Amino acid sequence: MSNIIKGKAFVVGDNIDTDQIIPAQYLSLVPTIPEEYEKLGSYALIGLPDEHTTRYIADGEIKTEYSIIVGGKNFGCGSSREHAPISLGAAGCKAVIANSFARIFFRNCIATGEVYPVEIEAELNQEIKTGDEIEIDLENKSVKIIASGKTCKSKDLGAVKAVIEAGGIFDYARNSGMIPKK
Amino acid sequence: MGMTITEKILANAAGKDKVKPGENIWVNANVLMTHDVCGPGTIGVFQREFGKDAKVWDKEGVVIIPDHYIFTEDKTCHRNVDTLRDFVNEQDLPYFYDPADETYSGVCHVTLPEKGHIRPGEVLFGTDSHTCTHGALGMFATGIGNTDAGFVMGTGKLLIKVPPTIKFIINGIFEKGVIAKDVILKIIGDIGVDGATYCAMEFAGTAIEALSVEERMTICNMAIEAGGKNGIIAPDSKTIEYVRARSTKAFNCFESDDDADYQTVCEYNAEDFVPVVALPFSPDNVKPVSEATDVKLDRSYIGSCTGGKLTDFVMAAELLKGKKVSIDTYIVPSTVEVADALNKVSIDGKTLAEIFIEAGCIEPSLPSCAACLGGPVDTFGRCNNGEVCVSTTNRNFPGRMGSKDSQTILASPYTAAASAITGCLTDPREYLK
Repeated sequence: MSNIIKGKAFVVGDNIDTDQIIPAQYLSLVPTIPEEYEKLGSYALIGLPDEHTTRYIADGEIKTEYSIIVGGKNFGCGSSREHAPISLGAAGCKAVIANSFARIFFRNCIATGEVYPVEIEAELNQEIKTGDEIEIDLENKSVKIIASGKTCKSKDLGAVKAVIEAGGIFDYARNSGMIPKK
Repeated sequence: MGMTITEKILANAAGKDKVKPGENIWVNANVLMTHDVCGPGTIGVFQREFGKDAKVWDKEGVVIIPDHYIFTEDKTCHRNVDTLRDFVNEQDLPYFYDPADETYSGVCHVTLPEKGHIRPGEVLFGTDSHTCTHGALGMFATGIGNTDAGFVMGTGKLLIKVPPTIKFIINGIFEKGVIAKDVILKIIGDIGVDGATYCAMEFAGTAIEALSVEERMTICNMAIEAGGKNGIIAPDSKTIEYVRARSTKAFNCFESDDDADYQTVCEYNAEDFVPVVALPFSPDNVKPVSEATDVKLDRSYIGSCTGGKLTDFVMAAELLKGKKVSIDTYIVPSTVEVADALNKVSIDGKTLAEIFIEAGCIEPSLPSCAACLGGPVDTFGRCNNGEVCVSTTNRNFPGRMGSKDSQTILASPYTAAASAITGCLTDPREYLK
């Protein structure tokens, strides 16, 4: 994965749960079947209440124009469904920036490599609006608002960084000799 | 410095003498559970990574329980159960609860303990966030995604971070009408839906010791609703009796050391708890029922891994006996065993099923997860319009039980039953005097 992720932001609030990311009626789709993976993407964030008049996936589209989601606290809370990060990734999301992540969602992001979870202190979702351009620098751990040039620090990933860098838990385990190479 | 029960179980599973919160360790799993929603994806990952002909790490360790989308016309859902069945046959797995025959059971988190898959001291990973339920029997149990589950399926191991523990001590005696659901909702209301993110939630004290095993399951079930990695209660004679009646395997009972290190210790008096509800749209939007009696309802729903166990129906029936409901009231037993018990267990000479029917409830459904998480549009009890539903389930984020226009209010089976009578949120203590 490139160290720079640049794109338009889609702004949401606190506690965006997995039912809003991918409602349960779509969970019969199996992510490891390629055409169903694509379909999951077309439903990404379809559970957001209708007050969100700008939809993550525009009517008639199957991909998003927003490659970065900017949320508040506890993004991805709720179920363990891996369909959640997968639907975002399949839709074209590259990273989710949030003040905090729910544990299983964060872990599923790492395990699948679908989207990069970026934790920040600053309440970026209060400062910007949907459509604003954002740049994430993974190496220097910073997030920049393109229009104003303002930057804020992102948090260190800690021990999980080694797993991300290896390319997920399978490659991490292969590199350490725990399971045989493919 | 000593260790908490969670740390001791994880140290044992990692082959270490001692572990500390924050440490990343490889642990050996005893059981991997998956169901129809995440099983096909897990199998897909397993075969992609280990090869089409790969074998699971331990046949006895893999338990497959279709329970989410069973009674639906949706063909994709049926295909997913077929995928599970094909895999079970190919791998010759002994534990598959098949909707196509008499082995069908129902909701995974009630099936696992009923069928003897839960033992103190063990490690269980499940592809469902409510896997934390099983900490109620003194084990480490947590929810994982398909990719991690595919890894466990092939290796029997997983890399996990040792969680810090928050201890909740509740001493005293709960007032009649206050039950486990009220306790865990109150705690979630106090600490918030991210109040225990990444943490173990350990429950202790005389009030917890006095609870039945099923009531303890209700408490640990909702640890995830505060962001917890696992919920846990030290095993005691009730736990051992429950497990011995269902499993012949040996197990180890761990308990926290007196000098264990906790991130936080929260102490409560049992007498301070009252019946509560979580109003839309978050499980931490908690209020005493007595302060929300102006909320009008369209529906009452009693079911799920959280509130569809036998104990939950006994309490609902105790309250509904000789009364009439005024709104649509759904009775959704979690498992076949619970459904059978509705026709056997009786109060004052009437079975629970008879009590529900005489009170005007909709005839009890076949056991499954049903409308707890909405599901396919033809799911029994699904809120397809703008219904306001009081429910014994576990989540009430927007659209959780179906339509985005519907509203779910989380409550105990007592409160769901009392509210079904009046059609408004009602404090069950008014009927239990």
